[in-house]
Amino acid sequence: MKMYDGKYILAGLIVFIVLATFPVWFTHGKAAPPPELKLDTPVIAKMANKQCVLPKEEMITGHMKLLNDWRTQVVRDGKRMYVASDGKTYEMSLQNECMKCHSNKTLFCDKCHNYAGLQKDADPYCWNCHIAPKENK
Amino acid sequence: MAKVPKPNELVIEHGFPQTGWMDTPAVFRPGNFSYPGKAKNLQALGLPNPREWSPLDEDWKLPSNWKQIILEGMRERLDKFRSFKIFMDICVRCGACADKCHFYLGSGDPKNMPVLRAELLRSVYRKDFSLAGRIMGKMVGARDLTEDVLKEWFMYFFQCTECRRCSLFCPYGIDTAEVTMMGRELLNLVGLNIDWVVGPAANCFNNGNHLGIQPHAFKDMIEFFVDEIEAVNGIRCEPTFNRKGAEVLFITPSGDVFADPGTYTLMGYLMLFHQIGLDYTWSTYASEGGNFGMFTSHEVMKRLNSKMYAEAKRLGVKYIIGGECGHMWRVINQYMDTMNGPADFLEVPVSPMTGTRFDNAATTKMIHIVEFTADLIKNGKLKLDPSRNDHLVTTYHDSCNPARGMGFFEEPRYVIKNVCNNFHEMPPNTIREQTFCCGSGSGLNNDEFMEMRMRGGLPRANAVRHVHDLHGVNTLATICAIDRAVLTALMDYWVPDVTVYGVHELVANALVMDGETERTTDLRGEPLPGMEEDSENEDV
Amino acid sequence: MGIRFSLVAVVALVLAAFLGVGTAGLNHFFGVTVPSIALVVFLGGVVFRVLKWGRSPVPFRIPTTAGQQKTLSWIPQNKLDNPSTKMQTVGRMVLEVLLFRSLFRNTKFEIEKGPKLYYQWEKWLWLASLAFHYCFLVILIRHLRFFTDPVPFFVHDIERLDGFFQVGLPGLYLTDAIFMLAVTYLLIRRLIIPQLRYISLPQDYFPLFLLFTIGTTGILTRYFTKVDLIKVKQLAIGIISFHPVVPEGIGVIFFIHLFLVSTLLIYFPFSKLMHAGGIFLSPTRNLPNDSRFKRHVNPWNYPVKVHTYAEYEDHFREKMVEAGLPVEKELDEAPVTAQNSTEG
Repeated sequence: MKMYDGKYILAGLIVFIVLATFPVWFTHGKAAPPPELKLDTPVIAKMANKQCVLPKEEMITGHMKLLNDWRTQVVRDGKRMYVASDGKTYEMSLQNECMKCHSNKTLFCDKCHNYAGLQKDADPYCWNCHIAPKENK
Repeated sequence: MAKVPKPNELVIEHGFPQTGWMDTPAVFRPGNFSYPGKAKNLQALGLPNPREWSPLDEDWKLPSNWKQIILEGMRERLDKFRSFKIFMDICVRCGACADKCHFYLGSGDPKNMPVLRAELLRSVYRKDFSLAGRIMGKMVGARDLTEDVLKEWFMYFFQCTECRRCSLFCPYGIDTAEVTMMGRELLNLVGLNIDWVVGPAANCFNNGNHLGIQPHAFKDMIEFFVDEIEAVNGIRCEPTFNRKGAEVLFITPSGDVFADPGTYTLMGYLMLFHQIGLDYTWSTYASEGGNFGMFTSHEVMKRLNSKMYAEAKRLGVKYIIGGECGHMWRVINQYMDTMNGPADFLEVPVSPMTGTRFDNAATTKMIHIVEFTADLIKNGKLKLDPSRNDHLVTTYHDSCNPARGMGFFEEPRYVIKNVCNNFHEMPPNTIREQTFCCGSGSGLNNDEFMEMRMRGGLPRANAVRHVHDLHGVNTLATICAIDRAVLTALMDYWVPDVTVYGVHELVANALVMDGETERTTDLRGEPLPGMEEDSENEDV
Repeated sequence: MGIRFSLVAVVALVLAAFLGVGTAGLNHFFGVTVPSIALVVFLGGVVFRVLKWGRSPVPFRIPTTAGQQKTLSWIPQNKLDNPSTKMQTVGRMVLEVLLFRSLFRNTKFEIEKGPKLYYQWEKWLWLASLAFHYCFLVILIRHLRFFTDPVPFFVHDIERLDGFFQVGLPGLYLTDAIFMLAVTYLLIRRLIIPQLRYISLPQDYFPLFLLFTIGTTGILTRYFTKVDLIKVKQLAIGIISFHPVVPEGIGVIFFIHLFLVSTLLIYFPFSKLMHAGGIFLSPTRNLPNDSRFKRHVNPWNYPVKVHTYAEYEDHFREKMVEAGLPVEKELDEAPVTAQNSTEG
């Protein structure tokens, strides 16, 4: 096939293909399986009814909003207690309540956040202020 | 011939018909089209389907297989010109070009928006050259090529002056001039052309120039100007014709030989060359700088342009100087060497007076008279008295082709400012690369098209009127032969106090020649500033 | 008509995905099959179109010159608007492609009685186009976090900048907002500016409706209805690593989003959206204005019928001699019946 200015056109197309297929060659065909979350912390292990403040599905997509609401209520309204739908009360505290059970941040929070490509220091920015629990690995 | 409405009667409305553009047929009425090409002129050039016909007739006497001819012509051109393919494919109809066209501004006809002008062709392209168009038809802006579509093409590709202003504003550089050139080539395949294009082209082919001036008459006419100059300043120029061994061949549009005010510009060339003692010759064979072939097809453009190099070779000159002309310089800059080169029998132009080597013309070996003069002035080789132009308050009209097909902006301004004391620019949106067309370029400078010409020229005239009102501008200088002819009519219509000049007429007014008698008038016989006492006293 | 047709087309696409996934359970078809086909068609289609353009030569140098040419040494050349070398032309193209320089010149006319014409400042189209294209680019780059593992650093950097204001939760991306505004502007101007409305075709509205709906569904999944990102990423990375999986429990809005994006990819190469590639090949922009000092060859140049000087002199010899013009052959040398042999 006769091409005119083929040199430039092909070079341009190669650049286009390389850029457009970036994810393909960047992951070089390696399927990244979704992370498996560890729920085997000592506290959870002792729980009879392994239930978070909301059902699991709601927590997956809604935990960020819940935490944000908690923060607002605690910091701005001075309210400290959260009543779950099953009547149980919880202290609205990331460090004292959430991380009590999920004391394994690196194997729990970070797993998904890293997989979904959230950044450690910007989004979520929980740990800009809060102190992450000490973990023995 | 159609009666042209007076300026205050001219209705300009930018409205839109109720029907979509595909369902609004082109209506020919006196004043909005140019007369068709005469059979004898088509025959002289060997163009297809010579016959007598009129756009006002129902039957345009097309060949029976006209549709096949056009579609095959389209295919051929799509394969030959990437520009055509790209411009058919990538328009997003953003509308940036819509109000940049002088014909749209002056006529309000939506099909004069460059985007729609191109869509006339694009709609057929989609139908016959794209899968989506074939299947979905009108839903994707595709339509069949019918006689009505062809008539629409004829109307609107001969309502475009190929000025390229739209292409400046297009984010992808889509150039309606290119689209119009393709459209006109296709129309020519079935014998649709206008006589004001094909007549001059035929004349040029056989007689050497658009006006059909024969060799002896050409010489006579130039010699008439020699007499005129002598009457003004006592100097007798001695032009030569078809002279072998001259250093320079000089070629200018024949319009300047024929009609005022171009003739004064031509007198300017004669005086300048005489004063500096340039060893040059005119040619009666290559006696046309312009190229109406460009408004017909690439092939006819090449056929007419070929004479320049052929004659330069025959006469054995070193290089060519070209006169003030618009489209001529687009042809020379963008087409000539590729079409008819290499001009390896010529030398890179070197000004014999200043020694300046024109490396910017290293391959075409043809320089613009204004570049040549600017270099003379810069090097102090001319004695100029700009006060002789003090009765003129000047502005400058950038001709479309040297502007957007070359980038020729500073040279003429430098020359004008050295020969005129009073110079004012028109507003920035209307000059340099954004210059507005005269409204009569690309072969549309005929009388029957006058109403559209005055409409198309409105944006240009409007800007002239602005500086006329603001600074008292009374002189419109140009470097284009068509401009000199048509802007005169345009000014008479819209800004009657403004007169049109060629740049070299202004140069000649200011040029102090060796041995001249005392100058009392300019080239037009008007008294020079300070010389009008006699007549004034009489008046008192 | 064009508006309704395009709107109906986009609504139909939305419904197709909605019913296909929501009712018919064609999750694999909409989640893997269509997107995979779309990627292949997009890449192949773009390459095909560009190569098709490349098959036609550029016989003549026809740059639109927008500034002072290279000329006498003491006249400064405008190197970006009237380039004379390859590098200068690259400069012009960079400005054209990255900053839409030609569109920046845009003005708007107004006519008053007189008639008097005015040309007014009009940079909104330029601004909206620039905003639209750059936001689209940023959004595309941000989406890389679903297609890469580990996520490259620049994706994070762009996200951080984009979410700089930390408004709302999940944090609002500025580009999402500007993208929607720009698309809305481009749509509205097409509807209300009479010139634009008159020239607009269905294929002008369709991509705008499509992009608007893509934006809307994207925003819905991120900010409102929520979607399980882990599963989305599993699906996305599955496609481009050739190990497709469709995890259970991804909301239908996501599938609509994905289906519309796939449509856009398939539509792209066969539509005006190819202006993205075409601009690089536009002969009025990508050529230096050098044809006066550099020879260029037209690959299909062919000999044409010309009227030679000999023919000319044969025709006019008598008159030329009489007028004292030099001739190549004197009257007695020339054939007696000199004919004007130009016709044919």
